[in-house]
Amino acid sequence: MLDRVGRATQNFFEYAGGLTLLSAESAGFIVRLRIRIAETVSQCYLLGVQSLIIVLLTSLFTGAVISLESAQQAVQYGIGSLVGAAVAYASVRELGPMLTAVVVAGRVGAAIAAELGSMVVTEQIEALRSLGLEPSRFLVVPRLTAMLIMLPLLTIFADVVSIGGGMWIAQTYAHISPDTFLSSARQAVGFEDVIKGLTKALVFACIIAMVGAYQGLSTRGGAAGVGQSTTGAVVLSIILIFISNFVMSFLLFGGK
Amino acid sequence: MSKLIAQLDDVSLAFGERVVLKNCSLDIVEGAITCIVGLSGAGKSTILRLLDGLIRPQSGHVFLRGKDICHMSEEQLIPTRQKISLAFQFAALLDSLSVGDNVGLPLQEHTDLSTAEIRKLVMDALDSVGLEHTYDNLPSELSGGMLKRAGFARAIVTRPDLILYDEPTTGLDPIVTHLITNTIVKLRNKLSGTAVVISHDLQSIFIMADYVAMLFEGAIIAYDTVEAIRRSSNPIVQQFMQGSEVGPIPI
Repeated sequence: MLDRVGRATQNFFEYAGGLTLLSAESAGFIVRLRIRIAETVSQCYLLGVQSLIIVLLTSLFTGAVISLESAQQAVQYGIGSLVGAAVAYASVRELGPMLTAVVVAGRVGAAIAAELGSMVVTEQIEALRSLGLEPSRFLVVPRLTAMLIMLPLLTIFADVVSIGGGMWIAQTYAHISPDTFLSSARQAVGFEDVIKGLTKALVFACIIAMVGAYQGLSTRGGAAGVGQSTTGAVVLSIILIFISNFVMSFLLFGGK
Repeated sequence: MSKLIAQLDDVSLAFGERVVLKNCSLDIVEGAITCIVGLSGAGKSTILRLLDGLIRPQSGHVFLRGKDICHMSEEQLIPTRQKISLAFQFAALLDSLSVGDNVGLPLQEHTDLSTAEIRKLVMDALDSVGLEHTYDNLPSELSGGMLKRAGFARAIVTRPDLILYDEPTTGLDPIVTHLITNTIVKLRNKLSGTAVVISHDLQSIFIMADYVAMLFEGAIIAYDTVEAIRRSSNPIVQQFMQGSEVGPIPI
């Protein structure tokens, strides 16, 4: 029993240490601007643009369901003018950044882990090292940079579409006019909230890219190892997104 | 006395409980083709990775041109690695790049050559292995033998002093095996370089090797010229050369 606890603790610190080292190394390359531009642009397309549809669909229906749940009752109690505020508040501060990150973690985190994991088992990573190229600069930095650019952009799209979806349902089911909805939304959510939501998106981008990359680069064994890395990347990213979201909400919004 | 380009000195290495190399020493003579033979899983590929600095021994030293690379950082190893090339067993070309881009990668990353100059050098390297027509192909579009030769092209494009070939003929038909063997000899002659080849294919070894080293139970038990190894009285070497089930090698 004690032996198992000891081994689990050791594994935890090894993992955390490895992830931290890889992150620090990658951040160092970004700070020194040693970024492969063409590869980063290509990753922006693969990781960001190709995630747009799934993010938009998720956000549309999330905004719509918040509105559906709140609009009719709000109108009943005579506070229909607050529905826009509720949808915008939830979307911009919490659900926009977090749901976008969760959806992207499922798609992109898995893709990064699977790609790098396959490269490990086919000796491509070893080949890069043998050629005197650092896998972190060559592979991780373009993915991390692409995520840092694309996740905030996807979050902005998600916020807008979520509010749009809420407005559509509020008008259809509770006959709340778009003007009333938008005016309420504008009063509830300020520019500062948008910036704080985007700050969350930047942290989530780091989590998704670095966990996916580290899982991929730590792959051992063959196809089964790649499968385990991929699953691990998605599960761990989502858990870390939820935890860090709570911490950031506490720090950024201070319970207000 | 022959000049040494690389040397393993009393190297020991274990992966977990499994001891791979135990006080193993090996000299690599400059300008020669040294073939390392041994049973599957004996640690032959591990020797190549030690020479390339991809793994470090737990004890002992690995010298390249007299410099001990065991204590060099990854960054310090970069210039050293530009003088050594490892041709991987399955080529290990990057899936996402074309054959030409794969071969040109070390030049693109480590030199200030123009795109046109890099393309010319890549075409020369591909031409040396008979693959000049595959520049724009993806690795997935090549056959096993072509992939290996594309891996060779990447290995020679920087004109390294030492090329390490990991099982270059494994899994290939006799004709392609012959082609690969001739390519290795041709490249050595063209580059006036040194090669270390891991192989199980005795026919190929007898064609290309200047020296043969036999690895057994973690140590080099025989090292000599091809003719001397053929005549060796060591029962382990004899059993291996004859491919016999009977002898001191446990099956």
